[in-house]
Amino acid sequence: MKNTIASLKKGDKAVIIDFDADIIPLKLLEMGCLPGNTVELLQIAPLGDPLYLDINGSHLAIRIETAREIEVDIIKK
Amino acid sequence: MSKQNINVALIGNPNVGKTSVFNQLTGLNQQVGNYPGITVEKKVGFCKLSTNINANVIDLPGTYSLNASSADESVVIDLLLNKKDKLFPDVIVLVSEVENLKRNLLLFTQIKDLEIPTILVINMIDRMKLKGISLDIPFLEEKLKTKIALVSSRKNIGIEELKKLITTYKTISTEPCLNASSIDDVYFDNLRKTFPNQSLYKLWLVITQDVNFVDLNRKALEHNSFTKSDSELKRLQQKETIKRYQFINNTLKIGQKIDSASATDFRSKLDRVLTHKFWGYMIFFAVLFGIFQSIFEWSKIPMDFIDRIFAGLSAAASQNLPPGTFTNLIAQGIIPGVGGILMFIPQITFLFLFISVLEESGYMSRVVFLMDKIMRKFGLSGKSVVPLISGTACAIPAIMATRNIENWKERLITILVTPFTTCSARLPVYAIIIGLVIPDKFVFGFLNLQGLTLMLLYFLGFSMAILSAYILNKVLKLNCKTFFVVEMPNYKLPMFKNVGITVIEKTKAFVFGAGKIILAISVVLWFLASYSPSEKFKNAEEILHSKTENSSLTKRAFDNKLASYKLEHSYIGIMGKTIEPLISPLGYDWKIGVAIISSFAAREVFVGTLATIYSVGGDGKNDETIRSKMKEEANHETGDKIFNFASGISLLLFYAFAMQCASTLAVTKKETNSWKWPMGQLVFMSSFAYIVALIAYQILK
Repeated sequence: MKNTIASLKKGDKAVIIDFDADIIPLKLLEMGCLPGNTVELLQIAPLGDPLYLDINGSHLAIRIETAREIEVDIIKK
Repeated sequence: MSKQNINVALIGNPNVGKTSVFNQLTGLNQQVGNYPGITVEKKVGFCKLSTNINANVIDLPGTYSLNASSADESVVIDLLLNKKDKLFPDVIVLVSEVENLKRNLLLFTQIKDLEIPTILVINMIDRMKLKGISLDIPFLEEKLKTKIALVSSRKNIGIEELKKLITTYKTISTEPCLNASSIDDVYFDNLRKTFPNQSLYKLWLVITQDVNFVDLNRKALEHNSFTKSDSELKRLQQKETIKRYQFINNTLKIGQKIDSASATDFRSKLDRVLTHKFWGYMIFFAVLFGIFQSIFEWSKIPMDFIDRIFAGLSAAASQNLPPGTFTNLIAQGIIPGVGGILMFIPQITFLFLFISVLEESGYMSRVVFLMDKIMRKFGLSGKSVVPLISGTACAIPAIMATRNIENWKERLITILVTPFTTCSARLPVYAIIIGLVIPDKFVFGFLNLQGLTLMLLYFLGFSMAILSAYILNKVLKLNCKTFFVVEMPNYKLPMFKNVGITVIEKTKAFVFGAGKIILAISVVLWFLASYSPSEKFKNAEEILHSKTENSSLTKRAFDNKLASYKLEHSYIGIMGKTIEPLISPLGYDWKIGVAIISSFAAREVFVGTLATIYSVGGDGKNDETIRSKMKEEANHETGDKIFNFASGISLLLFYAFAMQCASTLAVTKKETNSWKWPMGQLVFMSSFAYIVALIAYQILK
């Protein structure tokens, strides 16, 4: 199965590989969510959603439904 | 040399301290207005740059890029594309922040493509050492084709240098930093050939989003051979963004060094506590509790103070001015009207103070993160928390605060349900009715029954907001892409100057915005109560004399009778009598009817109207007398008390739910761009209020 940001565990680091360009909002790209950039899962909200990420140095939170669309390669557990 | 006036536009991402730079440049020389047609705040300040150059500094709304996704962001593009705008900038100051330079530079490279002289401000340089960041400024200036000012707006470092740099704007390069059109050479060549006189990037902005500029609008472009589908355009925008980031990453690889070992871990430690599954919520509720406590407890004293001043002024006016219509207008119409507005200042100020501190410190984003999942169950967003909290002061700024909710459905639902939260205008209504019908007793020895009722009303308003959100979520069939991005900014100690200016500006906007309406209503109300089409009104004195000839009334009792007789036959009395059949099943008489009509546009007018109705004749503003008069008020047929437990509860419920606020309707119309939604709010809320009040009265009576 492909790994996505939604399958990361707290503290995991990964590299963004690809995503469906029609689903992911441009705003997220503009904040640094681009193929080749690293992403780290910093926190998961108490109820399991949203996810608090460090993407390419930007600290932001997105919902799991969006995270599921972003395919990644896990580099550090 | 003659004096020169230039326009300077401040642009930057949210949370980079752009407003602090603005405050440092302009001090209190600011004017806040609105952009025509929309409620986005327009801030313009004045700054003396040198002996012969003055600047109008425009603080534009924070934006992550020139691809607008909200009304706030469109303002930026509209201004930058419209050369004829009288605020069109001679020079742009792009404010970035040292820790998020990479992301901030995306907007910078877009701005550079507009070919306007642009200065790059790197803010928060006082944190560089702490974060282990070093910059190669000459290299960056060369690569980015600009001049860089290193600034710490917090510590007031570099502001003078920035001012000097702005005066040299004519020497700053207007060349783009990269050639973004290489993402699709054929397409852009075509575009260039068709519109040889236009800047390519401007054309691209017009094509990809809903903006027009000067002699070129979207329609003209849509029917051209190089039209692309939305999906293709989106892919091109993505390619463009990737291309820009490649350039930025390559530039920063050489120009910026980060020694991550020396970065302290303050943020993650605080995050762990503030978003903890137990402590996170506890802290949030403690903060909420603190806010409400201060709004109600601490603002009591200044509110009473303001109330007393205006009561005194009103009395002084009627005693010292020559008697007549004009004096009545001042003493009974204008002074109580102005007092009614100013009464709310303490509460509004406290609320804005807290909200602005929470936002400045970065805590608000953590609340959004914490609450999103819960709020989503009700069709709301984590970002709806801020409007719902603000709604306890006033629905108007609350509805304006929904703008950062990306998902239209979530935003619309938030706008529609916010007026259910108990705003400060309901408070005086609640206070007077609770005082009348709820006994001032303690239960369990410490819970004051009156206080408990007030708390229940707050809870009721909030539950109703949540419940109707839940229903709207099920009923509204809106197909919109859901997405949610919230930036988690660094924690910062709020700056006194920023918080102070925000609080002053927002309070001012409230007082003058809502104030105009309330003032107008109180004047109209006074007129309606003082004139009449009926002969009975004109001859009131004779009629009463002949009626009371045999009874021995004191002068004072006679005057009271006369005043209430006059009121009954005035315009407003006639209106109240007309709706009496409609409201008597709710337990109200015509006098309450008058108060409901007059408070239709603003709830707080209710108390003022009752005060007028019951106080005419007496020394109007003494709350105790009004209250005791209200207490004794009885039905003229049955002799039952008008303000009893049943009618009191019915009134409380009516005011909890009814849409009695013209300004909220106006702001909903502005924000949703349609009359459909405010009308829906009005019909639904008010008929619901009527039904609930009816049921309550019929059960309790």
